[in-house]
Amino acid sequence: MRAALTVAGRELAGYFSTPVAYVFIVIFLVLSGALTFTLGNFFARGQADLIPFFSFIPWLFLFLVPALTMRLWAEERRLGTIELLLTLPLPAWAAVLGKFLAAWVFCGIALALTFPLWLTVNILGEPDNGVILTGYLGCLLVAGAYLAIGAALSAATKNQVIAFVLAVAVCFVFVAAGSPIVTEFLSDRIPALAEAARALSVADRFNGFTRGVVALRDIVYFAGFIGFFLFLNAVVLDHRKAD
Amino acid sequence: MPSGACGDPALADLRPAGDTHLADALIEIERLTKRFGTFTAVDDVSFTVARGEVLGFLGPNGAGKSTTMRMLAGFMPPSAGTARICGADVVDQPVAAKRSLGFLPEGAPTYPEMSVTGFLRFCARIRGFRGAESYDRVAHAMALTQLEGVRLQPIETLSKGFKRRVGLAQALLHDPPVLVLDEPTDGLDPNQKHEVRALIGRMAPSKAIVISTHILEEVDAVCTRAIIIARGRVIVDAPPRELEREGRSLEQVFRDLTLGEGAAPVPAVAA
Repeated sequence: MRAALTVAGRELAGYFSTPVAYVFIVIFLVLSGALTFTLGNFFARGQADLIPFFSFIPWLFLFLVPALTMRLWAEERRLGTIELLLTLPLPAWAAVLGKFLAAWVFCGIALALTFPLWLTVNILGEPDNGVILTGYLGCLLVAGAYLAIGAALSAATKNQVIAFVLAVAVCFVFVAAGSPIVTEFLSDRIPALAEAARALSVADRFNGFTRGVVALRDIVYFAGFIGFFLFLNAVVLDHRKAD
Repeated sequence: MPSGACGDPALADLRPAGDTHLADALIEIERLTKRFGTFTAVDDVSFTVARGEVLGFLGPNGAGKSTTMRMLAGFMPPSAGTARICGADVVDQPVAAKRSLGFLPEGAPTYPEMSVTGFLRFCARIRGFRGAESYDRVAHAMALTQLEGVRLQPIETLSKGFKRRVGLAQALLHDPPVLVLDEPTDGLDPNQKHEVRALIGRMAPSKAIVISTHILEEVDAVCTRAIIIARGRVIVDAPPRELEREGRSLEQVFRDLTLGEGAAPVPAVAA
């Protein structure tokens, strides 16, 4: 665990010593703000909550998180440092976990920097801050799920573009699985699959959090989801590290 | 640690050593093989390296030197055979094996955005050193490789020679019993080369060291034993002095053995 935290610390410092961190954060803040106030009708709704902001997060992260993860292992391969990192005395899972944690904390920092929105609703009205907190927790879990997918795919390919496109595609499947279009289509034809699709959907679980509901089964779902893809990451890495 | 019939390395057979175990063998490689598809990069390589030995690993480009070293370092899984470091199998007990190993990968990769100190502190922390001890280890490794002058510079701003020495410092950090260095003097100027060779010479008595190199004079200067590998096979395993018998230079021996690839192993030297 110590080794994992050491790797995470190095990674996180790495984000901020390159323009990656600043570009990501600025683009995230601009896009999330713009979507909230334009498409989200933040003011016109006349309600003191962050629903307009939260509703765009799974879609915004769909593109931004894979951009963060595509370089996770591909960059180590390009620099040759993967050979250094994996010949240091740490188990492969520690390297996988460390990289994931750093990226997750980084997403947490980006989310925390949206605090002016929270200040705004608190000045304009009296929102339920508990619901806002669970909403942010949901955002973080969605980011974690996407990161786990993206990291595993980054370990599977040398090419950053392929890693990005595949990660967007796989994340999209998990978001779209719960959307009405997909579930209605499935329930008309194969009802059993519709249930499965809804159960697997990231967006469906996330909506619970934005309404202030923290259900144990949703937490277990995200923990299992992230755990599964991190495990996959370690397996793929072990298999393909030297390719 | 398995030990069997001891042999003075200087008297060892010139042919591939096979399964002879030296008394204090810190590196044991047995029938190591690596295949990429139908191509066999390393073919049934066996040797042991004892404490006090400096093994020069020679061979033309693409002969399988780096692949063998990568397998020994636990980075590449072998297709067949085993490699042990201080008795720990690199596949079954990877963390234990890596603890006893200092490894300089080919090209001395480092994280370019980190400072020299930052990078070495990171390696020290991964190796379990904390606080003052980590600080001392890093300072000592930087002193050995003469990096103090650039300690706070980002690695990407350093010259090739300095980068190589940062990689070397990382391998020496924990004073490991086994050192595996892939081209440690590549890109260094003659003074630095001399310095690194002297350093290897000073460390030699307490360690088992494997270096790969293209510079044959280096083998003369620091190695107690040389292995020439071509097409993935060990074709010579002998002390450099013995290879140079009959007034031939090491370069001549190298060319004779590796140019006529596929020829019967060791035609000239075995005579």
